Amino acid sequence: MEFAFTQEQEMIRETAAAFLAEVSDSAAVRRAMATERGYEPALWDRVCGEMYWQAIHVPEEYGGMGLGYVELVATMEQMGRFLLCSPFFATVCLAGNALRVAGSKEQQSRWLGQLCEGKLTATLAFNSGSSDWGADAITATWRREGDAYVLNGCYRYVIDGHTADLLVIAAREEDSKGEAGIGLFLLPAATAGVECRWLPTMDQARKQAAVRITEVSVGTEAVMGELGQSWEALARVIDIATIALAAEQVGGCQQLLDMTVAYTSERVQFNRTIASYQAVKHKAADMMLRTEVARSAIYYAACIAQEALEGTALSGELSEAASVAKSYCSDAYFAVAGDALQLFGGVGFTWEYDVHLYLKRAKSSEHLLGNGTYHRERLACSLLD
Amino acid sequence: MKLSFSPEDELFRDQVATWLRDNLAGEFEKLKYRGGPGDEHMFPAERQVWEQKLAEGGWTCVGWPREYGGRGCSIEQQVIFFEEYARAGAPGRVGHIGEGLAGPTIIAFGTEEQKRKYLPGIVAGTQLWCQGYSEPSAGSDLANVKTRARLDEARGKWLLNGQKVWTSLAHEADFCFVLARTDPDSVAHKGLGFFLVAMDQPGIEVRPIEQITGTSEFNEVFFDDAECRADDIVGEPGDGWKVAMGLLGFERGVSTLGQQMQFQNELDEVVRFAKGNGAANDPVIRQRIARAHAELKIMRYNSLRMLSGQSASDGALQKEALIYKLFWATWHRTLGELAMDVLGPECDILEGAPYALSRLQSMYLFVRSDTIYGGTNQIQRNIIAERGLGMPREPKGTAR
Ligand SMILES: Cc1cc2nc3c(=O)[nH]c(=O)nc-3n(C[C@H](O)[C@H](O)[C@H](O)COP(=O)(O)OP(=O)(O)OC[C@H]3O[C@@H](n4cnc5c(N)ncnc54)[C@H](O)[C@@H]3O)c2cc1C
Repeated sequence: MEFAFTQEQEMIRETAAAFLAEVSDSAAVRRAMATERGYEPALWDRVCGEMYWQAIHVPEEYGGMGLGYVELVATMEQMGRFLLCSPFFATVCLAGNALRVAGSKEQQSRWLGQLCEGKLTATLAFNSGSSDWGADAITATWRREGDAYVLNGCYRYVIDGHTADLLVIAAREEDSKGEAGIGLFLLPAATAGVECRWLPTMDQARKQAAVRITEVSVGTEAVMGELGQSWEALARVIDIATIALAAEQVGGCQQLLDMTVAYTSERVQFNRTIASYQAVKHKAADMMLRTEVARSAIYYAACIAQEALEGTALSGELSEAASVAKSYCSDAYFAVAGDALQLFGGVGFTWEYDVHLYLKRAKSSEHLLGNGTYHRERLACSLLD
Repeated sequence: MKLSFSPEDELFRDQVATWLRDNLAGEFEKLKYRGGPGDEHMFPAERQVWEQKLAEGGWTCVGWPREYGGRGCSIEQQVIFFEEYARAGAPGRVGHIGEGLAGPTIIAFGTEEQKRKYLPGIVAGTQLWCQGYSEPSAGSDLANVKTRARLDEARGKWLLNGQKVWTSLAHEADFCFVLARTDPDSVAHKGLGFFLVAMDQPGIEVRPIEQITGTSEFNEVFFDDAECRADDIVGEPGDGWKVAMGLLGFERGVSTLGQQMQFQNELDEVVRFAKGNGAANDPVIRQRIARAHAELKIMRYNSLRMLSGQSASDGALQKEALIYKLFWATWHRTLGELAMDVLGPECDILEGAPYALSRLQSMYLFVRSDTIYGGTNQIQRNIIAERGLGMPREPKGTAR
């Protein structure tokens, strides 16, 4: 047992922080978020070409770096801290993990290979517009027609869905219910009958799309895993991605805390820095508590996610770890963002200062992949029912 | 970063669990889940016999170096020991102040002679300790202690005069470590000494204080020319504050994991009640139980982080250690409220007259002290803001 970062992990984190401080400052975030695409292709090229983050936890046999989920989480934390606008989360954490968990060898070498080369962005679509992120959120359908499968349905909250080259989509067998009948399919976005539409969002630094699929016919090469039996694999993918999202939330908490301490230490009222007031200090202390507790939650969850990817001893704890981390981190991020805005006073309410970017991200990421209430109810089910 | 234990450590786990299963039986059966905060009045004598049983098996002071009678366990093994101990429902340790606070302080700051004189009694479970810090005018402002210590050079003794208050288990203890002023003209944290004082002497009077639970676990302790030997001071006269603060660091050690297993036992009991009386169907209660569960899980990993990480080069606590007290104390207090809300109107009904509290009722009341002793939540927030975030220190007042 060892619960501290190794030196190598420490280095990965520091390298990420230094890189992002340079390329993802406030001006860069604002430039990217003002576009419909939502990221600057030149910067994404640098991320893929210089940092190789798109390949971070992909096995070496597929051209990846072969690092673990702890390394991915440490990097994701920094991306959340600097609000990096990029297709990383959708491509690596959603679609990439789906390929790793459910893809066949052929699918993995074809798509993960391109993904690692930085040539491909991808995403995962499953929720048709529900605040329940379980199997019931899937309403799109598949049916068999000869050797082909015909897909129909709608998805919302598809991260970067309007720019992704490749979609991993979940659909259920017509007339199936709950966790039964679920299938996963690989669908190039350019396929006829696939329509991806940008959904403008309050949190402009992360783009979402609506996807509509009308009578799209695919062959068996598009099917991931065992058709009709894929809920378990998809649930694992969602849990593993949820842990990365929680890490992003921790990075946001840390940045808000640092910004708040810096601002309150400069701002003078009644001839004192406002940081010297106990009411301000105590709020800052609570912000730090939430940030550190949230960090403990994601490091532990990252270890569990790694075990789940490798199928080792603690894999069975995945869904619990994801719900523990996401419920705590979601609530922590929003509370910390709210406290930060309050301590900034009037300037915190302006477009010019960055606090609102984090406040908006806190709310959007809270609800993405299930909010605190949703995840606590999942925990309650296993504890109480 | 890795969560699983090595095969050797898992063998060690078996060894601990087996020993506990074999020995926590017979006369000791009734001690299961007894003792600990809020329940210290239960079977104190029997629990001291149990402490000595542990000692025979080599299961006291497991993290201490072997040269001082400890078992020299690695951090991992200590984690395992405390987890298995609580999992087995083994009783609250009467020796915890000695093992967790007095002993480590003597090991870190004491002379060889002090180590020879005081450590064996702690290891053997024959000598119990209490902590004499707080005084009527020195609560959060601990540096305001007024108890005085004067060296009578002719007799080779320190003479102590003054009063301590809230001294937990002073009525059971054989020794007390006392923070007292060696320089009568000094103020604040200068001029203090850290003394090791035997309780059984004419100069010491212990008066129990009845607490919120109707029981008495803490006391007033009066010193009227109480004596200890000239060499029963840890560090030099004037070093008392440094020694006292060093001790606070030990409160964030491995034993926190044992404490968490006790929390787990309590939460399990709350869950059992909720399932039994239908509260488990209430969506709000479900949320609260799930939150308690999630945060207790995280608490464990926060402790592992605390134990794995090296402290900063200046000896400052890491951030996850700085927030730990505020986190667990607040969590535990919230658990107490949850327990009562799960019970509903039954929460008010006692097990009997005059004031027989159930375990959960007693827990609910006792947890109100968790956010007070060992630095109140407000003091914790001051410390976090000042040491963790570098915000300005509190201005000193001019009252009194
Ligand atoms: C069950 C229990 C067991 C204990 N056992 C021991 C023991 O074994 N040995 C021992 O020495 N002591 C013990 N104590 C004492 C304990 O450490 C003190 O109660 C604690 O330090 C608080 O001091 P106080 O009670 O004098 O409260 P005060 O310091 O008077 O505090 C009262 C209130 O004022 C607030 N306050 C004080 N200063 C500040 C500030 N600067 N900023 C903001 N708010 C402030 C506090 O947070 C609190 O809410 C025990 C206490 C309890 C309840």
